Amino acid sequence: MSNFMSRKDLTLFLGFAAVVLLLPILATPFGAAYPDLLQRFMIFGIFAVGFNILFGLTGYLSFGHAAFFGVGSYAAMWSFKLLSLNAIPAILFAVVMSGLFAVAVGYVSLRRSGIYFSILTLAFAQMSYNLAYSVLTPITNGETGLRMTLSDPRVIDGLFTSASGAPVPSLFGMSLSGWNGFYFTAIFLLATFFLSMRISNSPFGMMLKGIKSNQNRMNYTGFNTRPYTLTAFIISGMLAGLAGSLLVVTDPLAGAERMQWTASGEVVLMTILGGVGTLVGPVIGAWLIKYFENIFSSFNDNVLNNFYSFLPDGLREVVVAVSGKFVGEGWHLSLGLLFVLIVVFLPGGIMEGVRRIGARFGHMRKGSKSSARVGATAAVG
Amino acid sequence: MFEVLFLQFLNGLDKGSAYALIALGLTLVFGTLGVVNFAHGALFMIGAFCAVTFRQLLTLETVTVDPNNLSPWGTPVEIRAPLVQAWFGDFGAILVNYSVPLSLLLAIPVMLLIGIGMERGLIKYFYKRPHAEQILVTFGLAIVLGEIIKAIFGPNPIPQPMPTDLRGAADIGAWLGMAPGVITYPLWRLVYFLFSAGIIAAVFAFLQFTTFGMVVRAGMADRETVGILGINIDRRFTIMFGIAAVVAGMAGVMYTPLLPPNYTIGMDFLVISFVVVVVGGMGSLPGAIASGFLLGILQSFASMTQVKAIFPGIDQIIIYLVAVIILLVRPRGLLGRRGVMET
Repeated sequence: MSNFMSRKDLTLFLGFAAVVLLLPILATPFGAAYPDLLQRFMIFGIFAVGFNILFGLTGYLSFGHAAFFGVGSYAAMWSFKLLSLNAIPAILFAVVMSGLFAVAVGYVSLRRSGIYFSILTLAFAQMSYNLAYSVLTPITNGETGLRMTLSDPRVIDGLFTSASGAPVPSLFGMSLSGWNGFYFTAIFLLATFFLSMRISNSPFGMMLKGIKSNQNRMNYTGFNTRPYTLTAFIISGMLAGLAGSLLVVTDPLAGAERMQWTASGEVVLMTILGGVGTLVGPVIGAWLIKYFENIFSSFNDNVLNNFYSFLPDGLREVVVAVSGKFVGEGWHLSLGLLFVLIVVFLPGGIMEGVRRIGARFGHMRKGSKSSARVGATAAVG
Repeated sequence: MFEVLFLQFLNGLDKGSAYALIALGLTLVFGTLGVVNFAHGALFMIGAFCAVTFRQLLTLETVTVDPNNLSPWGTPVEIRAPLVQAWFGDFGAILVNYSVPLSLLLAIPVMLLIGIGMERGLIKYFYKRPHAEQILVTFGLAIVLGEIIKAIFGPNPIPQPMPTDLRGAADIGAWLGMAPGVITYPLWRLVYFLFSAGIIAAVFAFLQFTTFGMVVRAGMADRETVGILGINIDRRFTIMFGIAAVVAGMAGVMYTPLLPPNYTIGMDFLVISFVVVVVGGMGSLPGAIASGFLLGILQSFASMTQVKAIFPGIDQIIIYLVAVIILLVRPRGLLGRRGVMET
């Protein structure tokens, strides 16, 4: 193979691409094969992969990544309002704006590490959130959220056509709703995944991993780690902005609540659930959380009654009442429990589970320790 | 002008007290067990809901329908008879009136049990694990606790009335020899401040003047040596975790008349309290108290209209802004010691 990509990486990427592109078929048995949900799979996959570049590779736990996501959303929306309904300039503008914001936040926050870094990023995100709700209302439209109207100027569009109908984002005239939107976002997820794979294998990625395992030693060796961490922070912020802008492309409403620290917490959950520092893990985590959010929160007592219909009446009522607390409105309870269990028993996330199972099978098949280890590294990918 | 500033200073005290109490508990847990506890805000919330539960228990009533006595629109009149009044008469009414302070009696044992249960059941497995994992597991626990409260009490805030005797305003200006009516301050906020000051003093006295406290302080300085001396330091640290939970719970109970609690109140306070702890300096008890009051008071000053006219929106971000500046200028926080959280 060429230097560009090892055979293993190419296989992984092609496999990943196949899964993503065939998702409309693969997700059918799970009842998840409709475009709105799959678009979210793609978007939050991008968000989690971007977050993982910072947290997974560099070891800096940011509790404020939703701020970049929100900045991306607002920037894309303003591009739709002022420039054009075309998605490309909106995405570019969003990525640039969130990148600039990441430069500012990262420059300050990365002066500290550990929990201090977490608190600093949290502080910046909370400031953005509070300001978006109060003083910046002219830009963010406060609680109502920012949306497009017919009377927006849209300078570039105005040069070519006269506006007609309700404004919806498009790609050179092609509608981006439904499956088009899914494939549009899927392309970005594949690009992001490719980028993250390349970074992970590059000398730059090695530097980041070195910083994670021992920053002091890196400094003693004579490396100035600051530019590397800052670059990782900016890339990760830009990817968050990309995800934010894609969410606006598929669902044209930008609200401040997506900058709140709970949203930052969610992307942390996704990454941990899937597996920190792995390539595929964050995507799996994002998919699982979005899937459960969608499926669990749609459950109600009727569904549960049907599900437990084999039980005797009295018992069924009790079981339905108890499990009803875990689904529907209360699905966050299941999420929290799942999260605690994962951190306690499987700190490496689902990918570590896969690796352990893979190692056990390898062990049984080959009966030698070395092969188990090879199997393990291959499974981590 | 002095009166205005003094009033804002007073206004900052009650929020500052709440921040200081939560930050005190966080710092106790961090200083003893070395655990960064993101579920501490949830303990504040559970305390607040102890007050809610206590009042619900006190106001249990029997509802009897009188079929002979019809209301103007033709439905039978419901006769509600509060059980407490039925049993205790006027004394029962006083009990209901003072339900918030009285619920401390419920909150203290409940919080102690929850705290010790939490430490033995979950936190103790995380002493040796990285801070990031401690943050994550306690964050998950905080979600779970918040959702349990939501499942039981519903998502809406539940207002708690304060005792009627403490409802008015205190004319602090008159007490200090100024003209009456210049500086008035809600009585309950004053009570809250004095209560918090009492708790803080009690915790410090406990650590400073009792043998138990001495052992705990020794353990904070050097856990291994204390262990080698044949002292079961783990058990004492577990009890300290319980005490921290009790402090947070009491802070939550007494805060309910000021802010109707719902299931997000814990996280709302926790985020700020973490900022408070970091500004004060991780592991420093006086730092946590000082920065709690400092940030509460700064927040109060920032919400003055004169200040907001110059810096719009400053009241929303002042705490975080101060945190950013302090962390950049004094990396260890105001009173932080060397070698804490620096690995």
